[in-house]
Amino acid sequence: MAEESTENEMAEESTGKERKGRKEVAARNAMPTQEPQVRVRNFNEVATGYTWEQALSEAGRCLQCKKKPCSNGCPVGVDIPGFIEFMQKGDFLGAAKKIKESNNLPAICGRVCPQEGQCEKLCTLGKKHEPVAVGRLERFAADFERRAGTEIPALPKSLNKKVAVVGSGPSGLTVAADLTRMGYRVTVFEALHMPGGVLVYGIPEFRLPKEIVRAEIDYIKQLGAEVMVDSVIGKIQSVDELLADGFEAVYIGSGAGLPTFMNIPGENLSGVYSANEFLTRTNLMKAYLFPDYDTPIKVGNRVAVMGGGNVAMDSARCSLRLGAAEVHIVYRRSEHEMPARREEVEHAIEEGVHLDLLCSPIRIIGNKDGWVEALECVRYELGEPDESGRRSPIQIKGSEFIMPMDTVIMAIGNSPNPLIAQTTPDLKTGRHGVLVADPETGATTKKGVYAGGDIVTGAATVISAMGAGKIAAASIDRYLRGAE
Amino acid sequence: MYRIIEKQDLTPAITLMKVDAPAIARKAQAGQFIILRLHDQAERIPLTIADYNRDEGTITIVFQIVGKSTEELATLKQGDSILNFAGPLGVPSEIEDYGTVVCIGGGCGVAPIYPITRALHQAGNRVISIVGARCVDMCFFEPEMRSVSDELHVVTDDGTKGRKGLVTDPLEDILKSGSKIDLVIAVGPVPMMSAVAKLTKTYGVKTIVSLNPIMVDGTGMCGCCRVSVGGTTKFACVDGPDFDAHQVDFEELTKRQRTYKKEEQVASEHYHQCACGKE
Repeated sequence: MAEESTENEMAEESTGKERKGRKEVAARNAMPTQEPQVRVRNFNEVATGYTWEQALSEAGRCLQCKKKPCSNGCPVGVDIPGFIEFMQKGDFLGAAKKIKESNNLPAICGRVCPQEGQCEKLCTLGKKHEPVAVGRLERFAADFERRAGTEIPALPKSLNKKVAVVGSGPSGLTVAADLTRMGYRVTVFEALHMPGGVLVYGIPEFRLPKEIVRAEIDYIKQLGAEVMVDSVIGKIQSVDELLADGFEAVYIGSGAGLPTFMNIPGENLSGVYSANEFLTRTNLMKAYLFPDYDTPIKVGNRVAVMGGGNVAMDSARCSLRLGAAEVHIVYRRSEHEMPARREEVEHAIEEGVHLDLLCSPIRIIGNKDGWVEALECVRYELGEPDESGRRSPIQIKGSEFIMPMDTVIMAIGNSPNPLIAQTTPDLKTGRHGVLVADPETGATTKKGVYAGGDIVTGAATVISAMGAGKIAAASIDRYLRGAE
Repeated sequence: MYRIIEKQDLTPAITLMKVDAPAIARKAQAGQFIILRLHDQAERIPLTIADYNRDEGTITIVFQIVGKSTEELATLKQGDSILNFAGPLGVPSEIEDYGTVVCIGGGCGVAPIYPITRALHQAGNRVISIVGARCVDMCFFEPEMRSVSDELHVVTDDGTKGRKGLVTDPLEDILKSGSKIDLVIAVGPVPMMSAVAKLTKTYGVKTIVSLNPIMVDGTGMCGCCRVSVGGTTKFACVDGPDFDAHQVDFEELTKRQRTYKKEEQVASEHYHQCACGKE
C-alpha cells in the first residue's frame, strides 16, 4: 500500500519530463573517501568529493519534483531541484550561482550540514530508495566554482548604512553576506586572529579544510564586507559604543563559546582538556604541525573523550591523528541516543575509535605530578524516555570501574559566551545565559540589536545558525528601511 | 598589524615595547592583559599591560625571555610590527581608597604591578611598594615605582641591590611592625605569590594576586587557564586575572604551569636550529 502511494506521488510530483514507465532508480553514488588506515595518519580531508561523472550521475537521480519538499527542509531555503537541474545539464557554474542565491557558504554546508535530517530526509526518492545526495552535489558545485574562479554578483548601489556584525562564525557571515548583497556597509568583528568562528577553531581540517573556509570568507569580503580580527566586542568596544559610532544596527552572533565541565574531582589535572581547547589547539593553532607551529598539544597513548556529539567525534578522531594509540568515547547513553551525525560516528568507528557506552566518569585520578592517570567510571542502564524523548540513563549501583588514561577531553557542551550580555545592560538573557531573541525576526530586547545562532539557541548546527542569520538579515533590512 | 613604536631593553633578559594600539589604549585599565601573536605560525601569548597612554594610543608590554616565543618577540625592533594584538582582556583590578596598601612586584611582575600601584596611589591610598629581582641586572622600573609609592623597598636574591632576600622579608617586617595594612597586591612568579599569600594569611591581611596561567584564546572559550579558587574552578582570562590570594590553589596552578615543559624545550631547540640554519 505504502509503496504504491509513494510511486503515485513520485509520478505526480515529477515534472512533465518524459518518463519511460517504471524507470530503474540508480543507486546513490557513494562518497569517495580516504581509506581509514591511511586517513588516520593524516589531517587531509576524509571525503575526497565526487568526480565529474559521479556528480552527473547523482544529479540525474533527482526527480525534479514540483513541490520541492527538499527545499522546505533547508534552513536557508536553497532551491535544491533548481540547482540540481543545472547540474543535470552539466552547468556546474550555473548550479553554484543558483545555490548562492540563498546560501553564501555552499562549500562549507555541502560538507558539514546534517543533510540526512534536513533536505535529504524529505527527498521524494528517499521514500522508497535512497535520497538524492544533495549535500555531496552542493559540495561538488561549490568546489567546481571555486576552482574555476568565483564570480562576484552585481551589487546594488550602496545604501550608505552601516551594520556591525559581532562574531564571524556561520551566522555572522551569513548576515554579512546577505546585507552586503542588499547594499549595506557591513563590518564583522572577530575576537580571534582569524575569521570563521567554529568553522576554523572547532571543525577539524579533515572534515572541513581551512582553505575552503578562507575562500568562502574571501568571497564575502569581495562582496564588500569588512572583517576586523582581534576585536573582542564587550572589551574593545561595547554594543552601545558601536551604535553610537554610526552603526545603525548590530547583529550578535558570538556563539556558544564557553566550555562546560562535569564538576567531577580531578578536572584540573594536566592532560584534561575541554574539547574547545583541544580542537582550538589542533585546528586553529595547528598544533599537529608543532614545532613548526608554536602551539603544543599533549596526547598520550590512551585518550578518553566524554560526550556523544559531533564535537566528541571530532576530538576522538583528532586524537588518533595526533598519535594516540587508543581512543575511547565515553557516553552515558547508548549509541542510538548519540547526538552526533551517523556519518561521523561511522567514520570514527572505521578509524578505530572505541565506544564505551552506558558509562560516565565520576572522577579523574592523577599522579603526583598532577597528570591524568586514570578515569573512574560508573555504568548506566537505560530507563524511560525523558522530556527530550531520549531514554534517560540510570546509574547501576556498585558498577564503578577504572580505565587507565593519559588524556581526557570534555566534549559535553558549551554555553554562550557572557561577554556581550555582561557589557550590554539592556539585553535580556534566558536560561544558561542565552540572548533572548524573537525566532521570527532575530530581534533582541534592545532596539536595533539582533542576534542568532548558538548565542540564542545554545550549541546547535552550522546551518541552523545560518538560517537564523538569514532571518535576522531580512529583518535588519526591514528595520533600516523603516518598515519595522 | 601593530607597530612597535619604542623598544627598550630594561635588563639583558627583560624588554619593554610600546605598541601602537589606539583602540585598546582607549579602554585599557590597570590589571588587564593583551594577547599577541607574532606571525602565522606563532602561538598566542598573554601579557599583562605594563602601561597605556590614551593620548599616544599606545600599550606598553614588558616581557622576560623565558622560551621560544618571547625570544622571538625580543628580536623585533622599533618600527617592526606584531601581527595580532587583542585586548584589553580580563577584569581590571579593583581600584579604590583602601587606606594603606602594599604593592609587590617580583621579577617581570614589576611591570604589571606598576599601573596598579599608580592607580592605587592616585586613588588616595598610602602605598608601600616592594620590588624584588634575582640580581641588580634584573632590576627595572625602580624610578617609576618610586614615583607612585610613599615607601619603596628593593630586594635582590643575591643582595647586589637593596636588601638581600625575598620580597616576603620586608613584607614580614611591615606586617610584624603592627602598622595597619588594608590590602596587599602581589604580581610575580607563582612561588612568590604563593609565599606572599601564605604570609599574609597568618596576619589576616586581604591579599590579591594577578595570575598568568597558560592560555590560548583569552576570551573564555577554551578553559585552559582554569584555576581553583575557593574550591571552584575559575577561568583566569574572564573571571580574573586578579583573585583572592588566600583562596587560590597554588599547588595545582604550579603543576598546570608545567604542562608543556617538555614542549617548551623542544620549541626552543627547534627555533635555535632554524635560526642558525638561516644565518
